[in-house]
Amino acid sequence: MATTSREVLPPNTEARTSGNFDVYKIREDFPVLKQQVNGKPLVYLDNAATSQKPQSVLDALDHYYTRDNSNVHRGVHELSQRATKAYEDARVKAQHFLNARESREIIFVRGTTEAINLVAMTYGRKNFGAGDEVIISALEHHSNIVPWQILCEEKGAVLRVIPMNDAGELLLEEFEKLLNQRTRIVAVAHVSNALGTINPIGKIIEIAHRAHVPVLIDGAQAAPHIKIDVQGLDCDFYTLSSHKLFGPTGIGVLYGKAALLEAMPPYQGGGDMISSVTFEKTLYNVIPYKFEAGTPNIADVIGFGAGIDYVNRVGLENIAAYEHTLLTYATEQLTKIPGLRIIGTAKEKAAVLSFVLMGIHPHDAGTILDQEGIAVRTGHHCAQPVMQRFGIPATTRASLAFYNTKEEVNALVVGVKKVTEIFA
Amino acid sequence: MTDLHGLYQEVILDHNKKPRNFRAMPEASHHADGFNRLCGDRVTIFLKMDGDRISDVSFQGSGCAISTASASILTDAVKGKTRVEAERLFETFHDLVTGHESGNGKRSQPQALGKLAVFSGVSEFPARVKCASLAWHTLHNALQGSAEVVSTETEEQVPGEIR
Repeated sequence: MATTSREVLPPNTEARTSGNFDVYKIREDFPVLKQQVNGKPLVYLDNAATSQKPQSVLDALDHYYTRDNSNVHRGVHELSQRATKAYEDARVKAQHFLNARESREIIFVRGTTEAINLVAMTYGRKNFGAGDEVIISALEHHSNIVPWQILCEEKGAVLRVIPMNDAGELLLEEFEKLLNQRTRIVAVAHVSNALGTINPIGKIIEIAHRAHVPVLIDGAQAAPHIKIDVQGLDCDFYTLSSHKLFGPTGIGVLYGKAALLEAMPPYQGGGDMISSVTFEKTLYNVIPYKFEAGTPNIADVIGFGAGIDYVNRVGLENIAAYEHTLLTYATEQLTKIPGLRIIGTAKEKAAVLSFVLMGIHPHDAGTILDQEGIAVRTGHHCAQPVMQRFGIPATTRASLAFYNTKEEVNALVVGVKKVTEIFA
Repeated sequence: MTDLHGLYQEVILDHNKKPRNFRAMPEASHHADGFNRLCGDRVTIFLKMDGDRISDVSFQGSGCAISTASASILTDAVKGKTRVEAERLFETFHDLVTGHESGNGKRSQPQALGKLAVFSGVSEFPARVKCASLAWHTLHNALQGSAEVVSTETEEQVPGEIR
């Protein structure tokens, strides 16, 4: 089976089965992994910050700029038609990736952050009043906190927070108590970037819907690891970022139910989002274009589509199964190190290992690991309330992807031991 | 390849483990807070000024080994110094950790720095310059009597947030 050939491997072949998952062949697809850092082979364990890109994504970008570069939805000429087709094809790929009912429910935005801001500034501004409430959770990234705070400040609305336990799991019974007549939206992460917790979003959506409250899911950390089915979940909004899904930076998706999107006012005004303009009155375009003012990020949308193709070829089920094995191994090995404590021990977890070392600041650990060629994130992970909840200033975070290996986990363990030796 | 042992010298590890003058000073005549948003390091510098001279200095806070050791060694270095002497030492220290030439066109002289010379390795680690200089910027503000919280994150290449 020619798993190295990126182009010939269609979905639904036996390569989707875990038996055929060959991490070493997969690594061949990622040129950036083939380098030395500080004289050591690169061990890239910062995938929750951003993922690396397979050659097929780089090729798609190159192909667009060398063959098809043109503006979309405008020209009648050949290049514009090619660009438009590639751009809209990517929308359909995103639709299928999320199992959305229709492609017009896929809005291209800069990323998860912009997607959440869009909902807060359009849906929120239209539907929120003084005394209304937004429910988020204790493990949110700043990008699913601050847009709601801005909205609350503007409207005199109130932010409510679902608490979590010491393992980093949300307390659903507390969530039910927070829901009331004034709740206008529930916005929670699918997967926590700082802890790795996979939230029971199906249950959360069900509970919220019982109270007739719509739900936005921040899927930035989930999309690279978990099969998403927005219809099955019945979520109202879902957001993701291409760059965490092996695609380019600067592009992402806001999924919204068509009826909700249609009722929302536009986010930005400009070209492409209108159907007619006079100085007296402007008629807005239909969704999704109503929310895509100006020339979009065409190349990166096409690259994003290539990233989805790549993930589909490897198969999310294979990815999830492999990563789970790697996570279990890494957790076992790291917890053997004296003085190491893992932060985030939820039963349902994605491949994120946040940890602290007794008496050693994560920043020092990060510098020493970097000298070993190991890239990890150190700091508060844009989730300062999470750090406050655990009473720590920061953690060291190793976040895994399906191209990481057991050998790389071993390198991390050796590196962490070196850190503890230096500070012994 | 940069030198890890140049960064984490024994003196730095020792001051990290046993920081000197690590206490609040209720009778302080001057104090200032420093905060690094990127890594969460916090430091407060307390000064007791006797006219133009620093008669006592202490610090509190939490941070990485580099920032803790830097604050600790700072307190040893500036006690008894005049305002101008302390500021001059800051300049020399800053040149050392950023790898810049000093103001008079010469590379900082290690002998002028005394114990501070152990931070020479920092210049090899641009991401750590802000850790080493946080306490010094905070000292500067304390001397100026400025109430503004010092932030050294711009010492690094680009401040910003990443998931």
